[in-house]
Amino acid sequence: MRTATKSARAAVASAARAAVGPVVKIAAAPATAAYHWAEDVHAMLVEAGIRQVALVPDAGHSALIRLCEADKSMVVVRLTTEEEGVALLAGAWLGGEKGVLLMQSSGVGNCINMLSLPIAASMPLLMLVTMRGDHGEFNAAQMPMGNSTQAVLEATGVICKRADSAADVPEMVSSGLRLAFNTFRPIAILIGQRVIGAKDFRKLTKATGDINE
Amino acid sequence: MNKPLRRREVVKELLKKRGDMLVVAGLGAPAWDITSAGDHANNFPLWGAMGGATMIGLGLALAQPKRRVLVITGDGEMLMGIGSLATIAVQKPKNLSIVVLDNEHYGETGMQITHTALGVDLAGMAKAAGFPRTLLGATDKDVQRVKAMIESGRGPVFAQLKVDAEKLPLVLPPREASYIKNRMRISILGPDALHQ
Repeated sequence: MRTATKSARAAVASAARAAVGPVVKIAAAPATAAYHWAEDVHAMLVEAGIRQVALVPDAGHSALIRLCEADKSMVVVRLTTEEEGVALLAGAWLGGEKGVLLMQSSGVGNCINMLSLPIAASMPLLMLVTMRGDHGEFNAAQMPMGNSTQAVLEATGVICKRADSAADVPEMVSSGLRLAFNTFRPIAILIGQRVIGAKDFRKLTKATGDINE
Repeated sequence: MNKPLRRREVVKELLKKRGDMLVVAGLGAPAWDITSAGDHANNFPLWGAMGGATMIGLGLALAQPKRRVLVITGDGEMLMGIGSLATIAVQKPKNLSIVVLDNEHYGETGMQITHTALGVDLAGMAKAAGFPRTLLGATDKDVQRVKAMIESGRGPVFAQLKVDAEKLPLVLPPREASYIKNRMRISILGPDALHQ
């Protein structure tokens, strides 16, 4: 829009505001705002003997990913697509190792047919899924998969537990570890977008900062 | 002109004197092929999970670094999980070998052609991903080369062997995945596997 005048741009911005309504800041639950769950979850994974950490990154997992990468007792396997992780951890279990699979909700769709493997073979699988298309999402492309993540997983036979506050996350991961490895089935812990926070892409057009954020 | 390789003979040769090698087979013909060579507690033949054979092999190879792990799969199955070549290449498991029996067709669904019939070079893709040892072959000599590569323990190895697109009688492995899983876990980990 090289030829757009200042007033034309202002009119567009004003129309956009009218379309979406007032901008509401989406934040984590106030009572737990200072607490991040990553260190407690990492400690739980170590205690449970988790060795193979398979992942497609998500911003919501970045703190946990850094902890796992720094942990010499863990092997971090970066995947090209999430279903690779489902197959990887089936192989790990065959060979006597435990693992965890980290992904964003959009990656759940990639996993569905591969989940037939741990389901048919009664293998433990713990998936930690950070939710998009959930609480205050900005990006329309995230909505179809985010809104159907739990329904699709459950229809496939995966048990889902949700964490909607930071304090809930370690509790649910602990539950998930026990359910997966004591009852031999895939378990997904869905970490709500209320915990992660919703990013506003418009702000990111201006901001620069830590590449890890 | 060399006569075309026959998949069951190739597999029989690769699994001869297998020792404690662990074998994962992709769904369809490769699963029937490894069973034809002799059902075994260290076999994990797939009935589904298309595109997952190589990654099961990676998980197993990382968990059991002292054992050789061989994934035998088809060209269609490999194409579905082609990104795993990049994932495996960066992990560099020395004990993992992948052998694709490339008949250039989807054999279980009516012999439709796959991309390899139209020139896609899987071994070239593995090499470009970073596999240190790759081979594209079609002869008995190539089968012996692959066998030596598997035994070298200097993987990850990727071999693509062109085989005849023949339709063979199915040789079915045990059907229940939980049984196949427990059989392999007990073989690797001992009877304690059932109490973990």
